[in-house]
Amino acid sequence: MKFGIVVFPGSNCDADCYHVMKHVAHQNVEYIWHKQDDIKDFDALILPGGFSYGDYLRTGAIASFSPIMPAVIDFARRGGPIIGICNGFQILLEAGLLPGAMLRNRSLTFICDTVNLRVNRTDTMFTNQYVQDQVLQVPIAHGEGNYYCDNETLKRLQDKQQILFTYCDADGRETAEVNPNGSVSNIAGIINERGNVMGMMPHPERCSEPILGSNDGLDIFLSIIEWRQGVGMR
Amino acid sequence: MKQLTYRQMGLSDEEFQQVETILGREPNYLETGMFAVMWSEHCGYKNSRPLLKMFPTEGSQVIQGPGENAGVVNIGDGQALVFKIESHNHPCAIEPYQGAATGVGGIVRDIFTMGARPIALLNSLRFGDLEDARVRQLFRGVVAGIAGYGNCLGIPTVGGEVYFHPSYQDNPLVNAMCVGLVDQDEIALAVANEVGSLLMLVGAKTGRDGIHGATFASEELSESSAERRPAVQVGDPFMEKLLIEACLELIKEDLVAGMQDLGAAGLTSSIAETASKKGLGVMVDVLKVPRREEGMTPYEIMLSESQERMLIVPRPGKEARIAEVFDKWGLDAVVIGKVTADGMFKIYEGEILAGEVPVEALTDGCPVYVRQGEEPPHYKEAQAYDIDSLPRYDLQEALLKLLASPNITSKKWVYRQYDYQVMTNTTVIPGHGDAAVLRIKNTLKGVAFTTDCSSRMVYLDPYRGGMLAVCEAARNLACCGARPLALTNCLNFGNPEKPYIYWQMQNAIQGMADAARALNTPVVSGNVSLYNESRSAQVFPTPVVGMVGVLDDVSKRCEMSFQNEGDIIVLLGRVRTELGGSEYLAVCHQIEAGEVPQPDLHEEVQIIEMLLELCARGLIKSAHDISEGGLAVTLAESAIQGGLGFETDLPAAADQASQILFSEAPSRAVVSLAPENLDAVKEMASRYQLPWTVLGKVGGRRLVISEGNHELIDLDLEQAGHTWGEALACIMK
Amino acid sequence: MVKANIFVILKKGVLDPQGEAVSHSLKVLGYHRVEDVRIGKFIEIVLDSEDPEEARRQLEEMSDKLLANPVIEDFRVEIVEGE
Repeated sequence: MKFGIVVFPGSNCDADCYHVMKHVAHQNVEYIWHKQDDIKDFDALILPGGFSYGDYLRTGAIASFSPIMPAVIDFARRGGPIIGICNGFQILLEAGLLPGAMLRNRSLTFICDTVNLRVNRTDTMFTNQYVQDQVLQVPIAHGEGNYYCDNETLKRLQDKQQILFTYCDADGRETAEVNPNGSVSNIAGIINERGNVMGMMPHPERCSEPILGSNDGLDIFLSIIEWRQGVGMR
Repeated sequence: MKQLTYRQMGLSDEEFQQVETILGREPNYLETGMFAVMWSEHCGYKNSRPLLKMFPTEGSQVIQGPGENAGVVNIGDGQALVFKIESHNHPCAIEPYQGAATGVGGIVRDIFTMGARPIALLNSLRFGDLEDARVRQLFRGVVAGIAGYGNCLGIPTVGGEVYFHPSYQDNPLVNAMCVGLVDQDEIALAVANEVGSLLMLVGAKTGRDGIHGATFASEELSESSAERRPAVQVGDPFMEKLLIEACLELIKEDLVAGMQDLGAAGLTSSIAETASKKGLGVMVDVLKVPRREEGMTPYEIMLSESQERMLIVPRPGKEARIAEVFDKWGLDAVVIGKVTADGMFKIYEGEILAGEVPVEALTDGCPVYVRQGEEPPHYKEAQAYDIDSLPRYDLQEALLKLLASPNITSKKWVYRQYDYQVMTNTTVIPGHGDAAVLRIKNTLKGVAFTTDCSSRMVYLDPYRGGMLAVCEAARNLACCGARPLALTNCLNFGNPEKPYIYWQMQNAIQGMADAARALNTPVVSGNVSLYNESRSAQVFPTPVVGMVGVLDDVSKRCEMSFQNEGDIIVLLGRVRTELGGSEYLAVCHQIEAGEVPQPDLHEEVQIIEMLLELCARGLIKSAHDISEGGLAVTLAESAIQGGLGFETDLPAAADQASQILFSEAPSRAVVSLAPENLDAVKEMASRYQLPWTVLGKVGGRRLVISEGNHELIDLDLEQAGHTWGEALACIMK
Repeated sequence: MVKANIFVILKKGVLDPQGEAVSHSLKVLGYHRVEDVRIGKFIEIVLDSEDPEEARRQLEEMSDKLLANPVIEDFRVEIVEGE
């Protein structure tokens, strides 16, 4: 399987994602510079974290108009798997590939910490290696992770089970105290209706090796590989 | 721009006369400005250079010592660490966010200009009393600035220290350290080798920011300092990120002969330093420099401190490829001059010669002052303080008070704002170990970093205090299992023209040098920041040590938390009772006096070696050295971080409980280990000729310290954890 | 030459913690009559155009596409010079 990591000016976590895909998941992986206007032969795309364009104007706003984006949108339209991590999630929102928008953290400060995430669905191409309601320990590091959508959109996300990851306590309970940034309904990650585009604020590439404290993130990448091998969707 | 006199630019009458003698004529405005910034303390080190000669700078591990943008040490596998610490104190007092942000920007440029990818940031911060709203505002602004800039660059901020003391009320200290990783065959130096080499300027356009910033950093703060607000530069971390990626690509493709970043004194110092190494000359045409503002004079162009700019000396014939790389990253790269043979620095504005000075006059020609130091009266008074005259203080209350005090309490409020995990190398995160430990991908190795200085100790006894700073840094690394390799330092002092201050400098540097020699941690880079005082206060002398170490096997790293019920707790090193300079005296008794505990360099070497062997052989579960707050705080922190209580028994020493619990004497650490390893540890200690004391056991939910049958302290673990964990966040609400 | 000011403001239902923090700070400074603070963005644009209607159309398009995020923000275009 060939993974493509899109690199924008200001992306930081591209090398971290590359390391996991190549040296931990042992996959074929290449960087895709944002100025390319086509994506050939890639089976899955990763939009990594960072500060594309310095977060100027709005985080992810300028990147969403990069030359590569029409090809990314087309890739999504054809059903290809796309995962947007942190800034990548913000870019997917700005590009309209996922509903909603990102606001500044409620605390108005950047927060770097490890949080508990509940996996709400295991029948997607990103979560088939998990157990229903499994609680993961995943790092977050963001200043604008306060996911927002209006009530109508929230209802639709809930009805169609598009909320993939929720901030929770160690027992999987969703409470206000454990919400690090004020996101609506403790939303940490969502998936599109079709199920092939996923965005999450926490960083799975930072917890894919035991030496970094947790292995919980690796299964997201392994899920994509599993899905691709045809066993994924149940 | 208003015309300044040479005095306003920072040159003394004697210095101005020296310039006239060198040139054989009166310098014009541009030339005066260039000498003023190059001969400022910040750029020329004129008051500190003679003292810096005391430092040991060599060793088999040293690839590059002082004299370049940063120091370089060999870590094996053909790799090296490039590192330096630098201050940005004066700008932070005026505009804390941008002052701190541009401080980070500056130190990062010093690292990647040598071809190294920055892999870590640390910082050492000092502020006044947190009760003061203005101090809280400065603190908030500085932390936000470091976070805002460092996080955007994608470089993890993995460690550091923060201290609060009234002496820093008007003069916060903000020292930023950066460490980079490089393959030894890719190290780039700031040197222009050949006559005819071109000089290319790349990065941000040049504006009027920061003109005379170097001068501003070389004088005391006063009311008029706020009017100098235009002198504070504004940083653009996105631009810097682009520069990092582009410049490292140039290195990978071997396109450059030399690279130099632009920092204090802008183009003037950057070009002068590049050319002076080989006795060459340069010519520059200021009209070629891309500008952000209209009507800029040669003076303004040459002295501008606009951020995020680099000077590149291309390999002959590689200019086009270099331009392509910069174009890919959306950066401007233009040729602004070239290297000549005549040793002169010629500045042109198109066809017109605007200024001409000998290059070496700006660098090597900078005057050097050897001043007189004089022991201040407070020194002997403080030494003579009779600690035995102290009233009794409830020990449990003392421990709680210390855990809640700003200098000891958890700094989570700070480091939570820093991304400490980006680049996925951080294996010991802030708050969990005595140093930060990072893995090196594709090797088994680890590297560790720390910054340390106990400024109260330096104030009370500069010689011993300087020594203690180096010892503590090395011990912190050893507690994590890392062998100390070398250090960088940032010497923050007051006005060196005052004999008491100069005396502090002389003695602190001597103490640091003696320790560095004994511990085999040569000084490979550093920075000096003087004149940190205002009319009302002088800062405590604060020589900050930034040290790096290496672990052959990163899986052998050690953290500070207790791990398992039943583990044995052992004090390595002597039981000591000296309370001089301790937080206990300051926080509980409001006293800053006493004889600073005497370091024993031989003993320090022994405990460092023993800690390294203990970690390498996997014999201990935790290690935490004794520093602020003494033995009691060390035990409490290991318990709180581990979520496990302890029961300990102090070596009975009639009526000396408070001394034993709160002494901050060096060369000691508290380790915990599985009971079956106790014999091995005892045997090792006797081999290293180190005393040891079994203190007790890990277990339960309480922190218990007894003395024989008499219970001294019995605290609930959760309560202690809450006190220690939340104090700073509460103050900053 | 057309000079325009573009105001980008958070939509009514969207929480503004920055505005709240500023409102609180103003009250602490003694301005007790402050009831609400909302913080937005102010963008100055200079267009090389002689046709004010076309310029306005373009500015609104720019605002809708890039300068504001219609999910969370509203905008207002004000032509300062050239209309």
